[in-house]
Amino acid sequence: METAINVEHLSYTYPGAEDTLGVQVFEDLSLTVKEGTFVAILGGNGCGKSTLAKHFNSILLPSRGKVYVFGMDSSDEEKLIMIRKNVGMVFQNPDNQIVANVVEEDVAFGPENLGISSAEIRRRVDSALQQVGMYEYRGHAPHLLSGGQKQRIAIAGIIAMEPKCIVLDEPTAMLDPKGRREVMQTVEMLNREKGITVVFITHHMDEAAMADRVIVLNKGKIAADGKPQEVFSQVELLHSIGLAAPETVELCWELNRLGAELPLDSLSPENCAQTLLEHWKV
Amino acid sequence: MLKDITLGQYFPGTSVVHRLDPRTKLLFLIVYIVALFLAVGPIAYAVMLGLLITFIAVSRIPAKAFVRGLKPLVFILVFTGLLNLFFTQSGKVLVSFWIITITLDGLLRAVFMVVRILMLVTGTTLLTYTTSPIALTDGLESLLNPLKKIKVPVHELAMMMCIALRFIPTLIEETDKIMSAQKARGADFETGKLLQRVKALVPILVPLFISSFRRADELATAMECRCYHGGEGRTKMKLLRYHRRDFEAFALAALMLAGMIVLNIFGL
Repeated sequence: METAINVEHLSYTYPGAEDTLGVQVFEDLSLTVKEGTFVAILGGNGCGKSTLAKHFNSILLPSRGKVYVFGMDSSDEEKLIMIRKNVGMVFQNPDNQIVANVVEEDVAFGPENLGISSAEIRRRVDSALQQVGMYEYRGHAPHLLSGGQKQRIAIAGIIAMEPKCIVLDEPTAMLDPKGRREVMQTVEMLNREKGITVVFITHHMDEAAMADRVIVLNKGKIAADGKPQEVFSQVELLHSIGLAAPETVELCWELNRLGAELPLDSLSPENCAQTLLEHWKV
Repeated sequence: MLKDITLGQYFPGTSVVHRLDPRTKLLFLIVYIVALFLAVGPIAYAVMLGLLITFIAVSRIPAKAFVRGLKPLVFILVFTGLLNLFFTQSGKVLVSFWIITITLDGLLRAVFMVVRILMLVTGTTLLTYTTSPIALTDGLESLLNPLKKIKVPVHELAMMMCIALRFIPTLIEETDKIMSAQKARGADFETGKLLQRVKALVPILVPLFISSFRRADELATAMECRCYHGGEGRTKMKLLRYHRRDFEAFALAALMLAGMIVLNIFGL
């Protein structure tokens, strides 16, 4: 597997106001994201999740260190458009990402910027809208849609550029449970069926549990990194940095404190029920 | 209260008027306005009015919608009418008492003036009712394209207009939310003297402005993420293309203008 994103010894300091020191977010952070994987980045508020994400498509440039995106140096200005074409980004508030007042015109915005022929733009827009299941709404005004639908339009606007990687920065934070489910299903489909690399920033544990790999950030450093089962079984570590494991793991962990000896790897209610039942019988 | 804003209202449809190229409609409207100012006599006015009614009928937009659009103009219409009625002193005197003299010329001029404004506004409304804001922006951008040579930022202006139209409903919604939030904290927008009411608006405008700046910042980042780098090298999904119906419309516009010039020469 090729490397999608390679962060080498990244340091970043937010520029401060005149004569004051800026806020340093990272010091010597390194990580790689393999192509085709689904990576979740977890962390509390202010741990640098969003700042890190903005380095993946040259919105922010490293103060020290390097970020390579599909082999391209993120600070190389000539590669800027290529980098952004390959790494699409979806933000928290769908309202502030939608540019046009007709759904299909908005999805066309990205490809239009890339200077593609109109017939090809048409094809990509239709295909992107079908993939997120919003094709019937192509003539609608975005402000009349629900939050989940708007966020799917924003995702369609990104995949119409045919990126190899999508970075989603808390895309479900402003959505109701139904909208969250819609967005999660779309993201999962894009990763599993289309092979798009997904970097998913969230603070919902159950969403992170769907990933292939979970990275936990704390104060600009990687606190844990591995498969969801591995990361979430470190319940004490998660608690110490103000996070919690998924509820099912928390349940098993509490039972263990009361004397049970349950494994801490059940990430779904089904799994958890299975584990509990097995131990019950013993 | 804020739901009454009809700026850029658009009635989707499939009539010939809807399907015309936005550039054709814009140019047609300009020719129509010029022709309207060339009209001097009753025949010319009748022709122009007849044409307008035909266009409205073809567009299948309910006449009610146009009447609604004219409501804010009542004051200007009455004012213009009265001014022309009382201050034209030439021609046969119809009524004369005290200091008021109404002449036939004055009456005719008042009627024509009012009808002209009505037709002017209705014609323009027909354009916005039958053309989506985005098509209108595209049409304007394309028509103004030659101005790029003299460094007019045509693309940027069109983009601004597009974003402004896109955010009107969002900001209305936001204003409603802020007003509810302030009301919940005891703010009063409905009673008090004018000055008090204006003052009551400050706590709405400040948060609205701040959130607009934040939105602008986020939108700019999102646009950059989608490879926006100005108008250069940008293509369009929907290319504007003239069809047969557009050429027919141009022919009609030319005929209309020629007819009005002829009628103007003969003073009909």
